[in-house]
Amino acid sequence: MNGLTRLVKHLFRSIDWPLMVLLIILSAMGLIVMHSAVGGTSWRYADQEKHFLLALFVMWVVAMAPPQIISKCAVPFYLFVLVLLIGVEFFGETSKGATRWLHLGFVRIQPSEMMKIGAPMMLAWYFQVRDRNIFLIDYVVAAIVLLVPFALILKQPDLGTALLVMGAGLFVIFFAGLSFKLIIPVLVLGVAGLLAILVFEDYLCLPDTNWVVLHDYQKGRICTLLDPTKDPLGKGFHTIQSMIAVGAGGLSGRGYMSGTQAQLDFIPERTTDFIFAVFAEEFGLYGAVTLLALYALVIWRGLIIALSAESLFGRLLAGALTMEIFVYVFVNIGMVLGLLPVVGVPLPFFSYGGTALVTLSVAFGILMSISKHRKVQQ
Amino acid sequence: MRKPLSSVTANRSTFRIRIWVAGLFVIVCFSLIVARLWVLQVDRHDGLVQRADSNRTAFVPIPPRRGDVLDRHGEVLARNQLNYTLEIMPAQVKLLDKTLSELSEVVNLSEYEIRRFKRKLQDSSRFAHVVLRNNLNDVEAAWFASQAFRFPGVNLRGRWVRDYPQGEAAAHVVGYIGRISENDLDKLENTGQTGNYRGTDVMGKKGVEKTYEQVLHGLTGSESIEVTAKGRVVRSLNRNDPSAGKDLVLTIDMRLQRIAEQAFEGQRGALVAIDPSNGEILAFVSRPAFDPNLFVDGIDVESWRQLNESEDFPLVNRPLFGTYPIGSTYKPFVALAALELKKRGAKDIIYDPGYFELGPQRYRNSGSTAYGAIDMHRALVVSSDTYFYSLAPLIPIDVLHDFMAQFGFGQITDIDLDGEKAGVLPSTSWKRKAFKRREDQSWYQGETVSSLVGQGYNSFTLLQLAQATSVLANMGVLRQPHIVRAIKDARTGEAVPITIKPPQTLSLKPANIKIVRDAMVEVTKFGTARRAFEGVSYEVAGKTGTAQLFSLKGGKYNAEKVDERLRDHSLFMGFAPAQNPTIAIAVLVENAGWGGAVAAPIARKVFDAWVLPNTPLQPVPNAPLLGVKP
Repeated sequence: MNGLTRLVKHLFRSIDWPLMVLLIILSAMGLIVMHSAVGGTSWRYADQEKHFLLALFVMWVVAMAPPQIISKCAVPFYLFVLVLLIGVEFFGETSKGATRWLHLGFVRIQPSEMMKIGAPMMLAWYFQVRDRNIFLIDYVVAAIVLLVPFALILKQPDLGTALLVMGAGLFVIFFAGLSFKLIIPVLVLGVAGLLAILVFEDYLCLPDTNWVVLHDYQKGRICTLLDPTKDPLGKGFHTIQSMIAVGAGGLSGRGYMSGTQAQLDFIPERTTDFIFAVFAEEFGLYGAVTLLALYALVIWRGLIIALSAESLFGRLLAGALTMEIFVYVFVNIGMVLGLLPVVGVPLPFFSYGGTALVTLSVAFGILMSISKHRKVQQ
Repeated sequence: MRKPLSSVTANRSTFRIRIWVAGLFVIVCFSLIVARLWVLQVDRHDGLVQRADSNRTAFVPIPPRRGDVLDRHGEVLARNQLNYTLEIMPAQVKLLDKTLSELSEVVNLSEYEIRRFKRKLQDSSRFAHVVLRNNLNDVEAAWFASQAFRFPGVNLRGRWVRDYPQGEAAAHVVGYIGRISENDLDKLENTGQTGNYRGTDVMGKKGVEKTYEQVLHGLTGSESIEVTAKGRVVRSLNRNDPSAGKDLVLTIDMRLQRIAEQAFEGQRGALVAIDPSNGEILAFVSRPAFDPNLFVDGIDVESWRQLNESEDFPLVNRPLFGTYPIGSTYKPFVALAALELKKRGAKDIIYDPGYFELGPQRYRNSGSTAYGAIDMHRALVVSSDTYFYSLAPLIPIDVLHDFMAQFGFGQITDIDLDGEKAGVLPSTSWKRKAFKRREDQSWYQGETVSSLVGQGYNSFTLLQLAQATSVLANMGVLRQPHIVRAIKDARTGEAVPITIKPPQTLSLKPANIKIVRDAMVEVTKFGTARRAFEGVSYEVAGKTGTAQLFSLKGGKYNAEKVDERLRDHSLFMGFAPAQNPTIAIAVLVENAGWGGAVAAPIARKVFDAWVLPNTPLQPVPNAPLLGVKP
């Protein structure tokens, strides 16, 4: 018996239990909402269950690898994914106007998804190597390391993923100690730009205006956000219907499986990007705030892990991955609530899809590894 | 030394500050979300809940009517029939069992249908339309419609269902439609057609139903309607009418097609009849066939098993997909090659002792008859193999290949049906590519010998043979064979002819073609096909063939049948009337033995029906059943 207990202990020694409990609660909620989003049918639901099991396994495997090994993998992994991204550019599979997938004979993969882990890993490794000798040039190198994959993903086009990669990378640079003297002007510029867009909205959203860097459909999404009522049957439809759904939920929601917006198919993409609208309609403000609190706890735990990590690599990576989860949640919910433009960012543990779930599980696996392998280094 | 920009990265307290800043940022952003949630779910709750509960707009696709398929005289091969379905939306029904028992007084409901309905109910949303019964007849539909007010939540829906009134006849030409599969969906998505298929759940899978899918399908319309919270339609706001698919007018003559199919009398084989003046396919037979109606609503497992596992391969489109050695029907083309390439004159005499010797190897005439001293004319009439064997030292295989390629042998004809095979027109470069082992890659003259009589590696489709025959018939013009004549707008009646590749005139001497044609006329008068064409009132040019070896791929070994399946194929090619041809034919009957005995009589029936349309024929009963010999 003693041997068995030891084996179980050994198998679970790399699990960070506070984080694990939160993830299990979130996964269970995700599955329950998915069941309602598909109207009680088994369509997609059974698939999603399998995705969760796969994700759990992946997370467990990644968590067993000590951070030193992860650190050694950073450069080869980043370069490998970069090559795949370039491969997508030439040999990718096009569907719905975007080229995101690559067929490797036996399996179909989405390299941009892997870059969400690859880019922060690479940057964390770089700053660890350059520790105590960081000059301006290092930030330039970091910017290039980040901008190349960003540009490749943006070109696919996949604005949502590109933003996540960029966000995760920027948080590494931020945690690495980029001077506030440099951060604040950029922030000010960004805010000024946003204000400018708001002020000149009428001109910018004229059909003839060419936005150069963004695709027409991306321009459409931003213009829709600025004024959803302009095109209520077309581009604004998504946002208006999801806002109605959330609003109709009220304080306590319309009841599980009883949201008419969800069940009558008025919420677009209700199993993927807009699943939060289904949740908020059926569980109301109480449910939504509870969910936010759970995400906040996950982020809090992630930041704690970052704080107590041994190596600089561990600190930077844990911090950046945690903030990446935050960006997921914020961008997705912000989009459903009409605060942010419609960009394809899934809601962690809720949106349908195996690929995104596996990426998340790798991120959480790394967090657990960093959390549990502290003593080894001492 | 320059001071590093931030030497403090390793400093934990700086990192701690950064983490706090990040945490603060998270709190600010989440507060923003909570504030927004408050605005929507508390402040604007009353207004938004009203918008959700009151009328809403729903978009409903209106699928277009699929085009019909007609023969050249307007006879219908594929059409749509109205079919009624009874559906229930659970959310609108209060007492389900009471409704069901009352319903069964109005329309017939079997135990099975009720059980199936209840099973589906468990897997469906309360707002979905769950099918209770399919295929209501007109009387039942009318009955229900008159009583409908008693059954809120029960809907009668009419939908168009594909119908193939000809059954098995011309099944391989028309093909069939079937449910859109995952694979089809991917293709639609990649070609940007998903929108046009919203509301459509079937598409063409085989035959012209597939190749002309875009023409037949039409453009999907849409309607935006106001719907209540319970999903009930209040009124239509805006309607964008669909535009119906266009009709296809085939080149097929159904009367000729039926006569040709019937002539096979249950034997396996293929026939292609072409109008040599324009490449139009008049009859296109693949026996045995199948009933395309089986596929319309998804084929049941048992029928699929029967069709798929049958040793007769009813699903294989033989004229397109079956490649065969064509035996002696190749000889007219080889004779023409000898003349055109000036390798042998028409009057040159060859002595035929019953065999041809090449080195130590002896190649025998089939049947081992010795024909003695013969010229080209006589060699074609009696079908002497030795005469053609003896061309082997004179015509290198690559020269033969280039000559025959002009007629389309071994190449895709580009007919407007899918699944066409190219077959093999052998050459030295083909052999190098086709074989892996070095020693198999070189060409031997013995292989040229068998190639010259249509055996060896030669492997052509019947369609290619028919196309080549029509080149002889029209004195040397290659035309793209095609099966659709025109695309017709059912509403305006306007028919637009389809465009085909421009005809290609081969550089052949008319005098040479005439030598071959004269011999082919003699074949049907005094030669190998004389029995089949006894007493014919017009002149026929033709050539029989008997091909060794069975080559339909995928055949399973079956000891009992092996003997029959290894028998020779019976072939005939020809055209009529010989001097002014209006029809060119290629026929093959699998494992039926000698060409003059089986294939030629089938061709005779088709020629008679086409050249002498007014002669009364024996009455045409329905096409014979699959594989049943009368």
